[in-house]
Amino acid sequence: MQSVGVMLCVALLSFSLFNFVGDPINNMVGEETSTEERAELRETLGLNDPIHIQFGRFVVNAAQFNFGKSYQLRRPVSELIAERMPATLELVIASSILALGFGVFLGVYTGINRTGVLSNIILFVSLAGVSLPTFVIGILFIYIFAVILGVLPSFGRGEVVQIGFWSTGLLTASGLKALILPSLTLSLFQMTYIIRLVRAEIMEILQTDYIKFARARGISNRSIYFGHALRNSLIPVVTIAGINIGTLVAFSIITETVFQWPGMGFLFIQAVKFVDIPIMSAYLVFIALVFVAINFIVDILYFLIDPRLRTKSENRDG
Amino acid sequence: MNLKKITSFVAVALLATVASTAQANTVKWSMKGDSLTLDPHEQNEGPTTMVSRQIYEALVSRGLDMSIEPQLATEWTIENPTTWVFTLRKGVTFHDGSPLTASDVVFSFNRAKSKTSDFKEYIDSVTSVEAVGADKVKLVTEGPNPILLNQISNIFVMSEAWSKANDSALPGDFNADEKTFASSNANGTGPFKITLREQDTKTVFEKNDGWWGTVAHNLDRIELYPIANSATRVASLLSGEIDIVTDAPVQDLKRIDSSAGHTVNSVEQMRTIFLGMDQGSAELRSSNIKGKNPLADKRVRQAFYQAIDIEAIKKKVMRGLSSPAGIITFPGVTGYTKDLDARLAYDPDASKKLLADAGYGDGFDITLNCPNDRYVNDEAICTAVVGMLGKVGINVNLFAQTKSTHFQDLKNGLSDFYMLGWGVPTLDSHYVFSFLYDSKGSWNKVGFDNARVDELIQTMVVEVDPAKRNAAIAEAWAIVSDDISYLPLHHQVISWASKSNVDVPIRPNNEPLFRFATVN
Repeated sequence: MQSVGVMLCVALLSFSLFNFVGDPINNMVGEETSTEERAELRETLGLNDPIHIQFGRFVVNAAQFNFGKSYQLRRPVSELIAERMPATLELVIASSILALGFGVFLGVYTGINRTGVLSNIILFVSLAGVSLPTFVIGILFIYIFAVILGVLPSFGRGEVVQIGFWSTGLLTASGLKALILPSLTLSLFQMTYIIRLVRAEIMEILQTDYIKFARARGISNRSIYFGHALRNSLIPVVTIAGINIGTLVAFSIITETVFQWPGMGFLFIQAVKFVDIPIMSAYLVFIALVFVAINFIVDILYFLIDPRLRTKSENRDG
Repeated sequence: MNLKKITSFVAVALLATVASTAQANTVKWSMKGDSLTLDPHEQNEGPTTMVSRQIYEALVSRGLDMSIEPQLATEWTIENPTTWVFTLRKGVTFHDGSPLTASDVVFSFNRAKSKTSDFKEYIDSVTSVEAVGADKVKLVTEGPNPILLNQISNIFVMSEAWSKANDSALPGDFNADEKTFASSNANGTGPFKITLREQDTKTVFEKNDGWWGTVAHNLDRIELYPIANSATRVASLLSGEIDIVTDAPVQDLKRIDSSAGHTVNSVEQMRTIFLGMDQGSAELRSSNIKGKNPLADKRVRQAFYQAIDIEAIKKKVMRGLSSPAGIITFPGVTGYTKDLDARLAYDPDASKKLLADAGYGDGFDITLNCPNDRYVNDEAICTAVVGMLGKVGINVNLFAQTKSTHFQDLKNGLSDFYMLGWGVPTLDSHYVFSFLYDSKGSWNKVGFDNARVDELIQTMVVEVDPAKRNAAIAEAWAIVSDDISYLPLHHQVISWASKSNVDVPIRPNNEPLFRFATVN
């Protein structure tokens, strides 16, 4: 119920935004087009109808995954989104894995070795990760790895393999190479978050009584750190990481533009420049859907990680 | 066959493959945007036409020097002022092997005239197209049309049978459920054919071995990789992944040129940047002067003009890559002369005096509307203009916004003082006059209204005698230049950057013709 409300709000917000982005007609027709022809086009596109009618039509169609036809590319928007989705999702999944993997590992490391030289270096570099804008990091990576070292491609997705409707870059060498820089760029911000979060949690947990007792019982360090400390620090990490996957999808707009990554974010930016309303609205609704879905999954994950939540809800039921 | 023979056979075969791949000349081309559609009648837009131009051909076309040359038509006669007969070239085949016939040309013109075509305005004046025998096509125009050849050089010819067989008899419609086949596939008569098309990612062109013309290029393959981000585009050129960039950003040209193995070519582009000053309204919307319009006074317009230090803009904002303009048209356009293109001198003192004479010695407020993503350094130019006008006492408030909203405001007549750029695809002054100076011109947003100029524009439309027509154009330019109806700034300069061994001749309309490209 709540999710439906959120979706409707987003639809309404994105819809009202479009009244301020400019007149699509100007972009669609030539300079020479007469006023009558412009008016006729407005009529065919339904831009003359009252706002509430336009909105109603939009919601009804959107519920059936019909977002109309792109003004610029003259292709069905649902087809365009489906075509670009694999690229974005592969990028986001690769970034999440990098962010989570490195984030948790480095977080635990810096949490344990609080004053080590390496820890300080990691923390310093990660600080740069959050402070520098994504496009600066992207360009910096391109400059180092493509222009100076010449080892990785500076743009694109490499060779892709088509499996059904899904085009994947994960099965070719050039596709994997092309994935490295964009996914690293996109993951850096989240990685820093996770490092700092895990580090803080670990440091706090290592002070607790049960860790002291565990030590007193002679349990190995490894088991203490990864079996007890890490596990107990995971709840906030899952929350943050979950929400962050949503932001990764949204943030991928910038990364995709820098690396000419043919995903949905790139499609969206092109659409904004052209005032391609069908693509813009479909994208915003899709992003909202991703956020709602992820929040739902995160709620379920809490139950799996934290046994207390399960007991509580059982108690409530009983 | 014994083992030794097999090995040597394999070795030879391998060598042959290596040799053939080494010989295959590929040019990797990049620019900011991709072609929107392969359908040559669907979108009248820069990159789209650039791509279409390599695969499709028209009856006549502009060559390297921008002059009209025969293409699919070998010759044409003007039977009477409104009837043109074109003789088609013999032995032309489409990429699918079918021969070009007169009915293909008739079909293509009708397709380009259809409601969903974006090229219909170009051939508005053509009332009928018919085949005369197998190799002649007759065009009838509404009235005498001196610029017909210019206009039809943009009407690409498609195969009738292929288009109809693939449900592409008409260009894509906004309301149809499916895209047309022709938007992502192509079947032209041009020197290159499309073998792979991935929108916004990669487009592969291969040499058309069946092309009718004399091959002047030595390419086997062109790969187009659009890269939207300028920094990335430059980086991929420098890293060697891209061979040529046809829209190199001004600020990176020095760096590219200084890199070993890369060269930069620049040429004056067919686009003039200017400022519009609303002289027709009774009162300016954004000014503190009420009850009258200061810009209606020619002295004020001249004061604005002479306050602009165009050389400073060229040097500081455009990094030398602009050429100051006196009129809104450029070399190569019928009616352009060097004398007309001379500017009034930069003279802030004269400007102050003119303002004082006009009764605005204390200056006034006005808003300058400016796009920030349309022309080269558009917003920076406007910022410079604000400072320069400030020095003569005009308090300019800069309002810069994205092109779609900028042009919307302009179209709705909400701008008192605005930036606009104008290109001339037909290479004829008439195009400029009919849009910018005609009292009913659709882009005449300054309220310019001069009965004599309107009359001269009519003469340009119907006069077929070149001498009389040129006289009309010259008179019209003299009137509007004297009136300072607009404030011309400069002609844009475009730059292409490439590897030194890749030679694609640069053209003022920014459109590469790969049939003249070579790789060493």
